[in-house]
Amino acid sequence: MASSEKYVPPAPLSDTTVALLVFTVGAVLIMPTLDSFGVIDHFTLNLWGKYLCYALLALSVNLLWGGTGLLSLGQALFFALGGYMHGMYLMRMIGDQGQYHKPLPDFLVFLGWTELPGFWKPFEHFSFAMLMVFLLPGVIAGIFGWLAFRSRIKGVYFSILTQALTYAGALIFFRNNTLMGGNNGFTDFKSELGFALREPSTQRGLFIATAVVLIGVVVFLRWLEGTKFGLVQRAIRDGENRTLFSGYATPTFKLFLFVLAALIAAIGGALYVPQVGIINPSDMTPEKSLEAIVWVAVGGRGTLFGPILGAVFVNMLKSYATRAIPDLWLILLGGLFLLVVLFLPGGLISLPAKLRALWQRFRPNSNPVNAA
Amino acid sequence: MRKPFFIILALLGGFVAAFAEAPQAIIARAAVAKSEKTQGEILTELMGNADDSILPLLDAWRKDRLFLYDAPGMPPVVVLLQGAKDAKGAQQASDILTGKSLAVRLVADDLNAVPHSANLRRIMKAVLDLTDLSSANPAKKLGAIAAIGQGQQIEKLPALEKRLAVETDPQALKALREALALVRLRSSDATIKLSALKELEAQQSLASTDFIKTVIKDATAAKDDKLVAAARSALQAVERHRTVVDFGGTLFRSLSLGSILIIVALGLAITFGLMGVINMAHGEMIAIGAYTTYVVQNVFANGLALSPFGFSLSLPGLHTTGWWRESYFLFALPLSFLVAAAAGILLERSVIRFLYRRPLESLLATWGVSLLLQQLLRLTFGANNVQVGSPAYLSGNWVVADILLGWNRVFVIGFATLIVIGVWLVLTRTSVGLLIRSVTQNRSMAACMGVRTERVNMLTFALGSGLAGLAGAFLSQIGNVGPSLGQSYVVDSFMVVVVGGVGDLIGTVISGLGIGSFDQFTQQYSPTVAGALANVPFVGGALQNLAQDSAVFGKILVLCVIILFLQWRPSGLFAARSRSLD
Repeated sequence: MASSEKYVPPAPLSDTTVALLVFTVGAVLIMPTLDSFGVIDHFTLNLWGKYLCYALLALSVNLLWGGTGLLSLGQALFFALGGYMHGMYLMRMIGDQGQYHKPLPDFLVFLGWTELPGFWKPFEHFSFAMLMVFLLPGVIAGIFGWLAFRSRIKGVYFSILTQALTYAGALIFFRNNTLMGGNNGFTDFKSELGFALREPSTQRGLFIATAVVLIGVVVFLRWLEGTKFGLVQRAIRDGENRTLFSGYATPTFKLFLFVLAALIAAIGGALYVPQVGIINPSDMTPEKSLEAIVWVAVGGRGTLFGPILGAVFVNMLKSYATRAIPDLWLILLGGLFLLVVLFLPGGLISLPAKLRALWQRFRPNSNPVNAA
Repeated sequence: MRKPFFIILALLGGFVAAFAEAPQAIIARAAVAKSEKTQGEILTELMGNADDSILPLLDAWRKDRLFLYDAPGMPPVVVLLQGAKDAKGAQQASDILTGKSLAVRLVADDLNAVPHSANLRRIMKAVLDLTDLSSANPAKKLGAIAAIGQGQQIEKLPALEKRLAVETDPQALKALREALALVRLRSSDATIKLSALKELEAQQSLASTDFIKTVIKDATAAKDDKLVAAARSALQAVERHRTVVDFGGTLFRSLSLGSILIIVALGLAITFGLMGVINMAHGEMIAIGAYTTYVVQNVFANGLALSPFGFSLSLPGLHTTGWWRESYFLFALPLSFLVAAAAGILLERSVIRFLYRRPLESLLATWGVSLLLQQLLRLTFGANNVQVGSPAYLSGNWVVADILLGWNRVFVIGFATLIVIGVWLVLTRTSVGLLIRSVTQNRSMAACMGVRTERVNMLTFALGSGLAGLAGAFLSQIGNVGPSLGQSYVVDSFMVVVVGGVGDLIGTVISGLGIGSFDQFTQQYSPTVAGALANVPFVGGALQNLAQDSAVFGKILVLCVIILFLQWRPSGLFAARSRSLD
């Protein structure tokens, strides 16, 4: 505060900007175009839409873990809550086209309800559902974060508590009497804002929307990193007590970041539901959070594109492995994770640099290492 | 003065014994009696008789295997035909009166079966029901008594009274009195009803609630104020007693759940305290212990065939029987400790020692290990739960003042106590314990004093994992054993460690018991408070909805309380004190 040394952001057209441009063009323009001309099938596009949603979740994990040093095992909760809030709107849009042809969601009919429970009523408005996508995860993250950070719970303790929070959330949503679909969750969606969800054009639109949101979030996080706020954030990661003693209210910073990360995860979840077509409490478990952490670790924590890379790579691997070698998938995932944590802490994104270094070590006769 | 009295009594006893007619004789007399009415009257004499010969004879009668045999020149004999038929269709016949076989073999078709009407069969059934009352098997006897009481079968009142006069077993006596009182509630005589209510009030019989309520309803309708008052007071006494019993039962369950949590969390607390490593694979160490028990059990029985990764592996069985087979658990306990400890050492040497400076990453790496191990277990032992039979001595229960104390739960509590004492002794009374404590308190200082901290780490991790293995052996006795066995306990055990803190063993004990009790008490009483919760502003409805599912509600409340508790003590009950700051 006393010395106002200004943080100099990286020069324009850095590697990041180039990557962002390539990514933007690829995701927003090329893939949907290829799809509409039938070069890649709808299934593939849909799958990639899912990966991009996971990338949002990975970014949310990374903002806390890579950026602030908070390992939250609760991001799957916020992701799923965002999904559920959007899912409620989609359930209302089914109207009377369900199995029972009643104006209620099927599971409510099944539970013997003849009238819509009060809290379901406003969800027929898209705008209300979107508001709740932000509000519910935001409020829960706010309350939990406030309590956790003000008593200076950190490190492993924070991880364990967020894990328990997620676990509790899953327990609540597994109940039938929560009136959120119980075990089966929400599925069989028909339409969104009047567009039929099974139409390829709707799916294409959702894909583009996801890509645009993802790019927006990346740009925002990139910007945030460059501000003084970003500097304090990194200072908290590297030495929280020193930052605190320098006069920064670290709990407030952390609370803001925790809520922000929850919102990013919730957006991811909200975009996930119409594309995947189902949301249930198994998306809310601590294991899901840990899986998202694997993506970040594998891709490269603390970087902007590492988590996205990790989310896409691990999930492609999962799509392949759960079909080809279902018995060995968990062993593969666990082993991959172990290898990355032990031998490649920088993740896949640091691999080229490592290989370059290796290459140069084994070719001592070549040109001396270029320091730049 | 008292002597003559005894003599008279003894004489009287002998007289009754000598002249009481044997049940076989009664049945034989009934079988040859002229009219159905007489037959019924004779059979009724059997009511309350506990003789073992009654059931097979009446059964034979009902199934047309009792016949009348008119030997030439003799009175008709009642015979029972049994055994294989020979070429002529004849079977061996025995006189039911003497039980001796007749010299001749008889053909069933040539004889007249002793007839039985529906009315007679009903009487026979009543007789057989009452023989249960005097059964030598106490469980059967108590069941029969309770059934009469619950059914308020007033026609069996004399039988109950008869039984009450001769019964000696105190438990059966109590049950008899309760059943008598319940049956008498249906009596038409108001004084009998009153005395029955008094009896129920004195006994604080939990089973009587509904019956007393019926009495209140009927008496209110009949405007019998005295009866209503008596019934009300009896009901109150019963309800008071129920409150006490519920409380005692909940306390007991709390203690046993707390013990489970302590057993499961103890190893975790030790490794976390020493190394700052949260071992996410702790759950799998538990599962390893449980599977070790499973293997030991099968080796004691008929062996086990496994096929991990397509290799076939078969373990020979010892084919032990009886006492030896029951004792497998005593061998399984140390083995599961050793196997899990070995797995722990392997894990520490291969993964964790590289991550001591990165606690968050060790959490993640151990999660990777946990996935690996879980899948390995699944591939080795199959995805389904396996059967681990618990020894017979764990499957009974005690009833103390109407509180049910399952032996397995009692065993849990005892086992936890032993383990806690054992670990405490190891930590405070052995040289290894001294080293462990020194490294826990100040690692670098200990290293300076020549403690080989690397080795201590390894030993501690082995100890923590071994304890998890013990927990697994133990959990195999009270629940299912499957690849994800540990997962269901792992979140809870983390909570115990977080609340207890890592400074002292006693923290784990207190927090385990505290969380266990809180969970059980909320489960027990949340339906009661559900109504009150509805009045909470804004979220009342949601809370009330949630409180109906007491198990989930308990877990969620525990979490909330833990978060609030950490506001007050952020590093748990017993924190390791230190002036260092990162």
